[in-house]
Amino acid sequence: MIAQLIFIALLGVGGFLAYKRFLFVKRNILMGRDVAMEGNAADRWNTMFRVALGQGKMFTRPIAAIFHLFLYLGFVIINIEVVEIILDGILGQHRLFHGIGGVYNLLIGAFEILAFLVIVGCVVFLIRRNVMKIARFHWREMTKWPKSDANIILITEIALMSAFLKMNAAESILAAHGVEHYVNMGNLPISQWIVPFLQGFSDGALVAIERFCWWFHIIGILAFIVYLSYSKHLHILLAFPNTYYSKLHPAGQLSNMSNVTNEVKLMMDPSAQVVEDPLAPKKFGAKDVEDLTWVQLLNAYSCTECGRCTSVCPANQTGKLLSPRKIMMDTRDRMEEVGKCKDAGLEYSDKSLLGDYITFEELWACTSCNACTEACPVNINPLDIIIDLRRYLMMEESQSPESITTMLTNIENNGAPWAFAQADRGNWTKE
Amino acid sequence: MVRRGRLRKQIVVIGQKNKGMAEFQVRTMADCMAAGETPEVLFWVGCAGSFDDRAKKITKAIAKILHKANVSFAILGSEESCTGDPAKRAGNEFLFQMMAMQNIEVMNAYEVKKIVTGCPHCFNTLKNEYPALGGNYEVLHHTQLIQDLIAQGKLSVEGGEFKGKKITFHDPCYLGRGNGEYEAPRVLIQKLDAELVEMKRCKTNGLCCGAGGAQMFKEAEKGNKEVNVERTEDALAIQPAVIATGCPFCNTMMTDGIKLADQSHVIAVKDIAELIAEAAEL
Repeated sequence: MIAQLIFIALLGVGGFLAYKRFLFVKRNILMGRDVAMEGNAADRWNTMFRVALGQGKMFTRPIAAIFHLFLYLGFVIINIEVVEIILDGILGQHRLFHGIGGVYNLLIGAFEILAFLVIVGCVVFLIRRNVMKIARFHWREMTKWPKSDANIILITEIALMSAFLKMNAAESILAAHGVEHYVNMGNLPISQWIVPFLQGFSDGALVAIERFCWWFHIIGILAFIVYLSYSKHLHILLAFPNTYYSKLHPAGQLSNMSNVTNEVKLMMDPSAQVVEDPLAPKKFGAKDVEDLTWVQLLNAYSCTECGRCTSVCPANQTGKLLSPRKIMMDTRDRMEEVGKCKDAGLEYSDKSLLGDYITFEELWACTSCNACTEACPVNINPLDIIIDLRRYLMMEESQSPESITTMLTNIENNGAPWAFAQADRGNWTKE
Repeated sequence: MVRRGRLRKQIVVIGQKNKGMAEFQVRTMADCMAAGETPEVLFWVGCAGSFDDRAKKITKAIAKILHKANVSFAILGSEESCTGDPAKRAGNEFLFQMMAMQNIEVMNAYEVKKIVTGCPHCFNTLKNEYPALGGNYEVLHHTQLIQDLIAQGKLSVEGGEFKGKKITFHDPCYLGRGNGEYEAPRVLIQKLDAELVEMKRCKTNGLCCGAGGAQMFKEAEKGNKEVNVERTEDALAIQPAVIATGCPFCNTMMTDGIKLADQSHVIAVKDIAELIAEAAEL
């Protein structure tokens, strides 16, 4: 009975902390301005199924994709077991679903194989990050916290899965000894290899091990859910809405600024009829996170810092300061900062995303080639943010490299980026 | 004019390449309108295609192919203007929309329905960014139109001097990733009976030449390498006879890269339109 109360209390605390954090994240995302959704829902669902659920873009890098698939399937399927653990905890039962018969043993067997694959995946990922030191995990923006964040998650996953397997091994021995409550689950595929290591323990010690692992597992999962919201691992949830809301039109197409359209129309014809767009922002371009759209902010929270974008960025590969991943990490960091200031009633306009986080030099290194958006396994669009920041620099602050100013003047005066006369455009036909 | 044409022709006999434009007259939309005709296709030449000496050769190759296939086409000539692409990518939406609206006004006045262009940046802007401002056209990249012309039997392509040659294609970002067209240029290379070889980074994974996003018009930011050098190394690794391009800016960047690597005598950089025109001795 006491165990049940403790369990319910823990569940409540964990749930409450997670809920509070998720509200914080949601509010931060909704700091972004609203944006009209183009296209139809069917296409959006399709993208989500293909890219997020189907992991479609992961497989361009097959090795990482296979091990990631282990973790992904493990996460999705083993969580069925968590339902039983929670019900057991609340109701004070033991293996509530065991009654369903042979299928139960089959399921537990399948979970064990997945748990084992998750451990393999995590070990491989730890090696890739810390031993092989794959370049994209070690760029400039991968400072202490982003690196620790990745390792914490991987180690926690290994610990949780090990506890799950050890718990089953202890249970098998206890069941074989005929200890009350403990159920026979047949020959389990993975935990049977742990059994020999536990054979020497007394039944009392085994019960303690089994109970410890059970509590460790469920408390670990609750802690994990709360931790998620502080971590880059939020992608396991946000990948789904993020792909759903990702852009449907060709990657080359940049958004049309309707607030500019109206001004240009009036400039060309003062009597022109213009329709005010209710969603049009007051500023031209973005200076801070609140000037970005909520989809762009959702992008930032969905980024798991894998660095595929940066590893294919032509600017980054040739030693320039720009890293598309840093654009997303900066956006998220600034969003968290603004969120905290808002909660504490503090002023936050002394800093901004543009300038304090993302610099002029980074923005101007972009070739708008879309390699980053193509590479992102969850359809994040760093280019969109880069363009919005450039728009602010250009249209609100008249800041651009000198040669760009010359180019723009040429376009304005001669209708070409170079200083050639428009009248000469057809000269080639006579040459 | 006649004398000039004759002179050009003599040069052509010797060089068999880069023949002048004396064999036929490229008309403007204004000419056509004055004659009461409506051409089927507007050939959008673009700024590079109009003014850059190297790119003008590509422009001429496209015009010759269109002429050869009896496509009824015209250009805007002095009525054409920058699409506004570099302004938009640099963040100057005002200038972009001003250019776009002026161009749209001109094109709509001529009742333009179909556009072909040799520049993927113009292609992307006209196709994707003009509709929101009232410009709705069927827009094709020249490789797409040439592919269509071959499919319709209006143009036949043979290998000519490129038969069996090793040719690689450098995907322009705004044709490939930007608009999902990877096949048309490759189909045309294969039509030349050439050996199509891919660089290690190609199609969706293709590396930019370094010119996009208004970079063409500025110095690169501080780094340890130029993007076009990085890309040229991809090509050098497979030693093709020709690096085929589909964008005047990529062409410039790759040509510079090959020059820098001192490989100009071994590797040629040519637009797909030039390959087709040269193979057909146009």
